[in-house]
This record gives sequence, C-alpha cells and structure tokens, in this order.
Amino acid sequence: MTNLLILPILIPMLMGVILIFFKDSKTIQRIVSTISVVLMLIISSYITYTVYVDGIQTIELGDWPAPFGIVLVADLLSSSLIALSSLLALVCLFFAFQTFSAERERNYFHPFFMFLMVGVNGSFLTGDLFNLFVFFEVMLISSFILISMGSKRYQLRESLKYVIINTVSSMLFIVAIAYIYGITGTLNMADIAVKISELEQTGVVSVIAVVFLFVFGTKSAIFPLYYWLPHSYYAPPAAIAALFGGLLTKVGVYTIMRTYTLIFPHDETVFQILLILGGLTMFIGVLGAVSQFDFKRILAVHIVSQVGYMIMGIGIFTNLAIAGTFFFLVHNIIVKSALFLFAGVTEKITGTSHLKQMSGVLKTHPYVGWLFFITAISLAGIPPLTGFFGKFALIVAGFEAGHYFVIAVSLVTGVLTLFSMWKIFMTSFWGEVKFADPEGENKKVGKLLIPILPLVALTIILGLAAEPFMQFSLELADQLMDPSQYINSVLKE
Amino acid sequence: MEILMILVIGVLFTVATYMILTKSLLRVILGVVILSHGAHLLLLTMAGLNQGSPPLLGEDAASYADPLPQALILTAIVIGFGITAFMLVLAYQTYKVHKTDNFDELRGTEDD
Repeated sequence: MTNLLILPILIPMLMGVILIFFKDSKTIQRIVSTISVVLMLIISSYITYTVYVDGIQTIELGDWPAPFGIVLVADLLSSSLIALSSLLALVCLFFAFQTFSAERERNYFHPFFMFLMVGVNGSFLTGDLFNLFVFFEVMLISSFILISMGSKRYQLRESLKYVIINTVSSMLFIVAIAYIYGITGTLNMADIAVKISELEQTGVVSVIAVVFLFVFGTKSAIFPLYYWLPHSYYAPPAAIAALFGGLLTKVGVYTIMRTYTLIFPHDETVFQILLILGGLTMFIGVLGAVSQFDFKRILAVHIVSQVGYMIMGIGIFTNLAIAGTFFFLVHNIIVKSALFLFAGVTEKITGTSHLKQMSGVLKTHPYVGWLFFITAISLAGIPPLTGFFGKFALIVAGFEAGHYFVIAVSLVTGVLTLFSMWKIFMTSFWGEVKFADPEGENKKVGKLLIPILPLVALTIILGLAAEPFMQFSLELADQLMDPSQYINSVLKE
Repeated sequence: MEILMILVIGVLFTVATYMILTKSLLRVILGVVILSHGAHLLLLTMAGLNQGSPPLLGEDAASYADPLPQALILTAIVIGFGITAFMLVLAYQTYKVHKTDNFDELRGTEDD
C-alpha cells in the first residue's frame, strides 16, 4: 500500500513530460490527460479509503528513515483533499475540452495543467517543510504560465503583479524555513513539532508563526494580503479560473491548517490574530463582492470572503471548529469551481460577463439558470445544501468558545453573500431577454453543463448526507487536533 | 562571522525592499532577485557557519559541516533562477504590449 502514496505526484509528472512531446496532436493530448486524471482520481480515492480504515499512511522516499529523509504523509485531511482536487481537475479538464481554442491546447496547456496538479498534490502530501516549498514553487510556476497564457493586455498586466507578489512571499517562505531550521535543526514537520514543544523560548516561535502566517496568508488571500486575487483570477478563461479559484487558495488554507495544528498549537496570541484576520477577511471580501457588477469578478472577490470563514474556524481552534473548517473547505472547493464554470457558460451564451449587459438567461436556457440557482444558494448557505452545514458548525463552535463578535460578523457576511448571489441571479438570469451577443438565444450549451453536473450533484448529496459527512469531518478534526497521531506515524515511535 | 553575515543580509533586505517599492518594472524584478539572495544567505547563516570536514564517508574528522543548508540553497537558487527568467520574459512582453515600464501606468481596473 505505502508505495501508492507517491503515485498522485508521479502520474501527473510523468504524463506532463509525455504530453510535451505530443503538443501538436489534440487527440493524443486529450486522451493522455484524461487517462492520467482518471487514474489520479481512482488512486487518491483508494488512498482516502485506506487512510480511513487503517489510519495514517507514510512513505519514506529512498528509504531514508523519517527525520533525515523526506516523508510523504497521508492523513484524512490530505488524502481527502487530493481526492477532491483530482475530481476537480477532471471536471475542469472536460470543461476545457469544450471551450478552449485549438491554439491554446497546442501551446502547452495540458503539460502545465499536469504540473499544476503535481504541485497541488505534492503540497497536500508532503511531510517536509522544504519539500512543501518546492511543491509550492512547482504549483506557482505552472499557475504563472496558465494565468498569463494568451498574452492579452489585461492578462499581462495582472499576471505580472501576481507573479511578483507570489515570488516575494516565496522568498519569505525561505526566510521562515531558515528560522525554523535555526532553532530546531530539522525540517521534518513531525520532528519540528516535537522539538518546538520542548523549546522554552516561546517568543521566537511566535515570530516564526507570524512569518508563516504572512507567507501562507498571501497564498490563501487573507486580509490584508488579498489585493492581488480579484484582478488576477479575472484574467484566465473559465476552466482555469475555476481550478485556481477552487484549489490554489485552498492549498494556502490547508498549509495554515497543517502548520498551526501540528507545529504551533500552543501559541494563543497567533490564534487571536487569526480570529481577527478571519473576521476582517470575510467582511471586506464580501463588501468587495457587493460593490462589483461583473459576474466573474464577484466570484473572484467572494473567494476572499470564503477564505475568511476558514481562517475564523482555524482561529476558534476547537474540534468542532476544525471539523467545520474542513466541511466548509470541501463545500467551497466544489461550489466555487462550479460557479466559475457557470460564469464561463453564461459568458459563452451572452458574449459578456458584465451583469448590466445581460438578462433573461433563464428564459432561453432554463437548465443553466436553475443549476446556477442551486449552486448560488448553496454558496449563500441555505439548507439543505452544503454551505449551510459548514457555516452552522463554525457558528456553533464559535458560540461554544465565546467569540460572539466574530460570529456576528460572519452572520452579516452570510446575508451579504446571499445578496450578491441574488444580484447575479436577478440581473443576468431573471427578466427580459437581452444579450450582448444577439446570436446567444440559439446557442446550445448542453455539452458544457455535463462537466458541471457532478459538482452540483455533490453539493446536494453532501448537503443531504450532512450527518455522515460531519462524522467524517469530526474524525478528521480529532486526528488534526491530536498531533501525536501524526508524529507517531511519521517518526515510528 | 555570523554577525557580519546578518548585517549583510540586513543590507540586502533593505535594498530589496526599496527596489520593490519603486515604480520601474525592471527595478522591482531586480529587487525580487536581491531579496532571494538575502533569503538564501539567511538560510546558510541560520544553520551556523562552523568549520568542519565535508560530510563524506570516514569517521576520523573532529567535526563535520552540516550539508543540508547547502543542498537546500542549491534547490532554492535553481527555483529562483527559473522564476527570474520567467519574470523577465513576462516583463518584456508586458512592456511591448503596454509600451511602459511604469507601474503607475499599469494600474487600473478596466478590462481591455
């Protein structure tokens, strides 16, 4: 079993290399990408199942024993996230088949898509801090290329800023690694956790925790480091925007969850900071969304606000809150990507993504409208869909811990989220038919909807099956809140 | 020796911060490069600059140097090199399309 853990990283890497050689053949590229993503999905689901049954799985690369070599670790959190990211990759790939121009596919879209998955899966699986940095860079450089591909005026301008901001935060990541290596002399996360809990100077640890917060905060777009996100995620086409909006910021949230539960769980001031930042992130994010009048841009700004909920959950730091954070994370990956894909579909129909230039999509394309409606109210948190249960768990956890102010902010944010989703629905789907593209009424988009269906189905199924899924989240939270499980399975004590 | 290195790193970080905050595109990129040099030096220094033999097979030396930071820096330098190359190409492309290297003129929210 244990050797299976390397496959979610190895498959996309090898397939990516193979794909470079077939850049001129559309069919071969599509077949190879589909095979590798399906394989990833099967293997990662199997890993999740094994972890659920047998507990945490590890693999020591090159057979070097744990604190010296690099380990890959799959606990419930990381294994369920690689399964989810593979599913999302499959959905976005199929959406890309329908929408991308032949030129884009010929210009190395497929290889870099695979390399992006290498980075994402690697960041989820690795148990070594420097290795995490390397996988982050693999992920970032692929995302740089995917985001700037096409070289439109707007794209170039915004991707340049995205590249520079992310590079600066990567450099600070090295600084944080240097600090942590200076005080503990190790890079293995489990080993660091042991060494740091034995350390007597807590001041140094707080400083390092804040440097890490800065680094991961930039990647996951929390206040006040979110300003790059709305513009950059507006630039790429829908399939790529959905993958980025669903996954990349969540990788940042995952690393915050991992490092703060494993390495810095004793540092109360940092959790206070997280709570405050979480509140500010969600409120300012949703205000940004309310003030926009562009479909894609509303969604992009909404990412910021949703990340705020997760940061708040980590800041509350009880078992229920962590379970709620995971629930919300899964919900958000599914729903946010689906919404970005819907934005792509409506843009295809109406020829614009500006809300004021389109209305009445519901009349000409009712299925698009109602599927969007389900997803949108799931994002806003209406039962019985997933958004409600994630927020509910977070709010109950907040009440139990006595953080009333943040809870109030999150409830107001929920109302404003509903408002901004309502705004999209009322202006672009409701009303008289008026499109920027006059041909739009007769466009067939049935094929485009097929890739989105699994995501919409998932948000309904997970919402109806909230009880068992919440049990799973609670089990996952128990595993995260008890770092000794992780440490023992890595260091084999 | 460590103190001296830390001063050097401090100067590098200061220069880098100044350059990143300027408005010229090329200077910002150079600033990022200098920042990466500072970070790499910091990684080397934090491990301790002690003398010792190379950590190869054999047990007769009194002390051994820590090989890990050097391996890490090598990796980080290669990554930094790749990203710098990409950034320069992207900056050149942006310059060609926008006909400016001033960040003030690269602002704006219009979606052209």
